[in-house]
Amino acid sequence: MEKFFLSEFPELSRETLRFIKKGFDTSYRAFSREYGDTIEAVFDPVLYFLVWFEKLLQNSPWPIVLICFLAIIYFGSRKISVTIGSLFAFLLIGIFGMWEDTMSTVSIIGVCTLLSIGIGIPVGVLMAKSERAQKICTPILDVMQTMPSFVYLIPVVMLLGIGKIPGLLAVVIYAIPPIIRLTNLGIREVDSEVLEAADAFGANPRQKLFQIQLPLALPTIFAGINQTIMMALAMVVIASMIGVKGLGQPVLKAITNQYFAMGLFNGLAIVALAIIFDRVSQSFGHRIQQHRSGARE
Amino acid sequence: MPEIKIQIKNLYKIFGKNPKSALEKVKDGVNKDQLLEKHNHVLGLKDINLDIKEKSIQVVMGLSGSGKSTLIRHINRLIEPTDGSVVVDGEDVLKMNDENLRNFRRTKTAMVFQRFALLPHKTVLENTMFGLHIQNIDEKEANTRARRWIDRVGLSGYEEKYPQHLSGGMQQRVGLARALTNDGEILLMDEAFSALDPLIRKDMQDILLELQDELHKTVVFITHDLDEALKIGDRIAILKDGIMDQEGIPADILLNPKTQYVKDFVEDVNRARVIKAKHIMSKLNGQDRDNAMFVDQDDFIDRFIDKVISDKPNCLIVKNKNNDEIGYLSTKRLSEILKR
Repeated sequence: MEKFFLSEFPELSRETLRFIKKGFDTSYRAFSREYGDTIEAVFDPVLYFLVWFEKLLQNSPWPIVLICFLAIIYFGSRKISVTIGSLFAFLLIGIFGMWEDTMSTVSIIGVCTLLSIGIGIPVGVLMAKSERAQKICTPILDVMQTMPSFVYLIPVVMLLGIGKIPGLLAVVIYAIPPIIRLTNLGIREVDSEVLEAADAFGANPRQKLFQIQLPLALPTIFAGINQTIMMALAMVVIASMIGVKGLGQPVLKAITNQYFAMGLFNGLAIVALAIIFDRVSQSFGHRIQQHRSGARE
Repeated sequence: MPEIKIQIKNLYKIFGKNPKSALEKVKDGVNKDQLLEKHNHVLGLKDINLDIKEKSIQVVMGLSGSGKSTLIRHINRLIEPTDGSVVVDGEDVLKMNDENLRNFRRTKTAMVFQRFALLPHKTVLENTMFGLHIQNIDEKEANTRARRWIDRVGLSGYEEKYPQHLSGGMQQRVGLARALTNDGEILLMDEAFSALDPLIRKDMQDILLELQDELHKTVVFITHDLDEALKIGDRIAILKDGIMDQEGIPADILLNPKTQYVKDFVEDVNRARVIKAKHIMSKLNGQDRDNAMFVDQDDFIDRFIDKVISDKPNCLIVKNKNNDEIGYLSTKRLSEILKR
């Protein structure tokens, strides 16, 4: 029987659709077979660094690692309360048997954040400098932020298999948009009169970028870094699905086996890390814009 | 005769999508309102010709929207003109490439802005050194030079403060110190004192005049305030709707306003404080020296008017610095000038 045109959406035939999907998959598979190894080789240095960093955190005596963390936290935030709170959080994490997983998570978050900063700030600068770059990047960032993360896990896994690097890529793709957007925003928000003054004194574009635009955008960029860290932490559970070690894996195990307490402990450990990262990066961000309020210390 | 430092010739600036075609229309006689209404372009400047003499203060005066800030930005080419030329020391600023233009801005000019435009993340000292840092001048020398000017504008002790912690007047002193530290021959001041309250503004004007006595820069000073223009300008150009209505020495503008606009503008000015004896004297013509009074050519009227009223001289003889008699002034003429 002929279907009524308006009640059914005129769709492609099943054959055509299958042909399209299959063609797409086959060509991507061919691409990944051809270039997968090369692309993997590109990420080797990152992998070595990640593994080295993880081993360093896990194999060094825990008191030393803990003291180093607390030192970084104190010098980042300059707040005793945050430092003491962090001390308790880490002690609890250790006592509840999650020290090793936490170190894995810290190492992958650390590397992801560094990568995001390393890639995100230059891209943000480019977007701020060129309208065309902004027009191209904005929709890509929109897609990166809204595409369900499982979807882009598929091609990454097809290309690079399961392991740390695909996990790292997935986290970076998910977490990098805020730092790009906020770098762009921060630079564009710099007072045009100050830039005019720089022009009037004969500053070249590089001098303007490094002496005026980046320093003045720094608080905004820092808000981006903070967001990036938070989003990276949110990805650890999903990343554990493709073999990233850390606090995500016990959570995943807890979901599949219905271990509520196990899920809760590891979940709380992630929350603790998130709060520590957040407080430290925020108070650091506040400190670098001292010129806006109080006098220099 | 002092040399011409900055020569602005047939300068046009039209804002809009297609300024070149709008330029043709302006040259064919379309006025500002018609241009905006029919062609959707804004006439910024129309056929500006201005010769600015070396080591003098040239004031450009006009109300907001008159194009005065646009004009000053053509001198260091922060704004590209639609047509015309700007020649500084014989070199056409508009023909410079990026590198030459940057060098020109670094070494020849310095600018002071209405809203200070200081770098909020740098201290007073770092702000003052900004121009020198841009030129990659050695840190030690930059520091010495900057401190000298901070001291000169009266900000010693504030070197390590951030601009936000200073009052408006002090911030503009930093702006002035920053410009002077650059040591360019040309000082561009875009409504530099307009954002300050009256007392502070007067202070800053005095500082500028005092510094000018010693430094002899070529200063282009933008203002919307006639009193300020008359006080500091060696010459004044009056802009209205992007057109230069009149240009001349302050007394000339007061005594012979060329357009109704200028006339309205200068109506309420206290002439006694602006006009000097030499501006209104006539040629000596065998005047009777009985009961005459002698005045210096550079005396403002208000310097000698009290004495004229009390002594009731027959006439005033004007003398120059060498004590030569160079002109005379009748009391009748004097009262005419003051009454008008």
